[in-house]
Amino acid sequence: MLLSIINKPAELHIPDGFLSTIVALVSWVIVIILLGFAVNKSKEKLNERQIPLMGIMAAFIFAAQMINFPVAGGTSGHFLGGALAAIILGPWAAILVMTSVVGVQALLFQDGGLLVMGANILNMGILTALIGYGLYRASAGKSKLVRYGTAGAAAWLAVMAGALATSIQLWLSGTSPAQFVFPAMLYVHVIIGFGEALITVGALAFIERVRPELVSDETVKDRGGKAWIIAGVVISLLVVLISPFASANPDGLERVAEDLNFIGAGMDAPYEIFPDYTIPLLGDSGASTIAAGVVGVAFVMLIIFIIMRLVSNIKLGEES
Amino acid sequence: MQAISFDQYRAGKSIIHCIDPRVKLLLTLLFIISNLILPDGGWIVFALVLACIIALSQMSSLGWGYVFKRSLIMIPFILAAVTIIFTLPGEAIAQFKLFSWELTISDAGLIRFASIFLRSWLSIQFAILLAATTPFPDIAHSLRHLYVPQIIVAIILFMYRYIFVLGEETQRLLRARAARSARIPGRKGGSVLWRAKVAGNMVGQLFVRSYERSERVYQAMLARGYQGEFLTVVPHHMHQKDWIAALIAVIAVGLIQAAAILL
Repeated sequence: MLLSIINKPAELHIPDGFLSTIVALVSWVIVIILLGFAVNKSKEKLNERQIPLMGIMAAFIFAAQMINFPVAGGTSGHFLGGALAAIILGPWAAILVMTSVVGVQALLFQDGGLLVMGANILNMGILTALIGYGLYRASAGKSKLVRYGTAGAAAWLAVMAGALATSIQLWLSGTSPAQFVFPAMLYVHVIIGFGEALITVGALAFIERVRPELVSDETVKDRGGKAWIIAGVVISLLVVLISPFASANPDGLERVAEDLNFIGAGMDAPYEIFPDYTIPLLGDSGASTIAAGVVGVAFVMLIIFIIMRLVSNIKLGEES
Repeated sequence: MQAISFDQYRAGKSIIHCIDPRVKLLLTLLFIISNLILPDGGWIVFALVLACIIALSQMSSLGWGYVFKRSLIMIPFILAAVTIIFTLPGEAIAQFKLFSWELTISDAGLIRFASIFLRSWLSIQFAILLAATTPFPDIAHSLRHLYVPQIIVAIILFMYRYIFVLGEETQRLLRARAARSARIPGRKGGSVLWRAKVAGNMVGQLFVRSYERSERVYQAMLARGYQGEFLTVVPHHMHQKDWIAALIAVIAVGLIQAAAILL
């Protein structure tokens, strides 16, 4: 069992209790909406043949996470797999596959919590799929050097995005102070991401040698529209812009968040519609906090739903 | 190590094993939510929850020792919260120097850290109990009853079936690498880049083997009449004991929350 502790890329699997209820709920809302789209897309695009494929691919990602390589001084590089899954399976399938991986890890192995599963899916499944597929899609049709370079950069950025999102969630939950969590998480993952990039490129090159038809340019382009490139590039830019700022200047981040009314005492929820997240009628109780959370969550849900509708409409327009 | 040892289910015939999996899943979530909204520093309430989980573990014939041992897997993550001890403003308890940093432990920080740790530690124990007393296909099937989309449940079931197969495949790959990695004393192994390339090839190899296996599996399933739908022969009915278990658990959570507000 000790071995399993050391040998797992556990840094990003948040357990229950580390995120505040509101952060966990907001993450769930984002994930549920995106999953809704992914499930719908899979009905359109995938036939029953894909189900065994996606199930076995989920098992593959799980098993591939066992493969490590010694780096130096007893530490070893690990593989998370989100970006590779997005490149070889396409974005919607990768989201479903990574969701299942995170779900089984939580339900079967307690690797990551149940209530915070939404956050874990977002960090390890959805951001990685957006960046992995979005960036690689942009390089489809280019030379091998460009494509492998892009795949490596996408894998590295996907890990950084996961680390950044995890840090933000921990910080907004009041679990970790900004001045520690951002530098610690981001610096560690700069190196972990490097290992991820190398393995992703190595695996991609191997697959292209053995089964070229699975990762041909047409196949890659066929799996998603150009809107994915925009989404991937925008998220990558956000990661690139926020990460150095957050790790070098966490006080600044704290100030920005306070100016925007994002955090109260640094440990409250990400927004403040109700004073102290309670509904006056219900008094200062757990139930009241939950009720306030539900209203806030409904609001976020509406906004994301509208955005997703727009994104998927653009995409459909291009395909026809 | 056999990959089959991944499975966390411990067969048994206890009361906890016999409760309907849907009820167990919902009650687990209920207890975890209840843990999350407990106030910082509510030590008595935390102790109450611990008493609950110890009682449940004993009733399940696993014993709390098993649950306790498994719950240690969350320990590495507490690093994420440990710094709050030094940064939350409050009355200073102790002060010490680490390298060039002046670290002050504040009472508020210590209470916050201990509360986060306890909430998390108590929550993971409920999840462990669920996984240890419920066969995983039953958990997956109850997800379907909780309106998780069919396709995700199907992927999860396939994944559960094949993590053991692919886990052993991976162990063979790792063993093969180890067998070919003899090291002459005094000479260095390959560069980090080369090692990463080997790992990359292994992942690629595993992918191709998995992909080809999925093609064979699909053909075999078609031959046996698969039409894209999973069927189950286990009917799920709520029995009286399930309702009673649910009622007792809800009352327990209610008492825990009442205690949290009153104490």
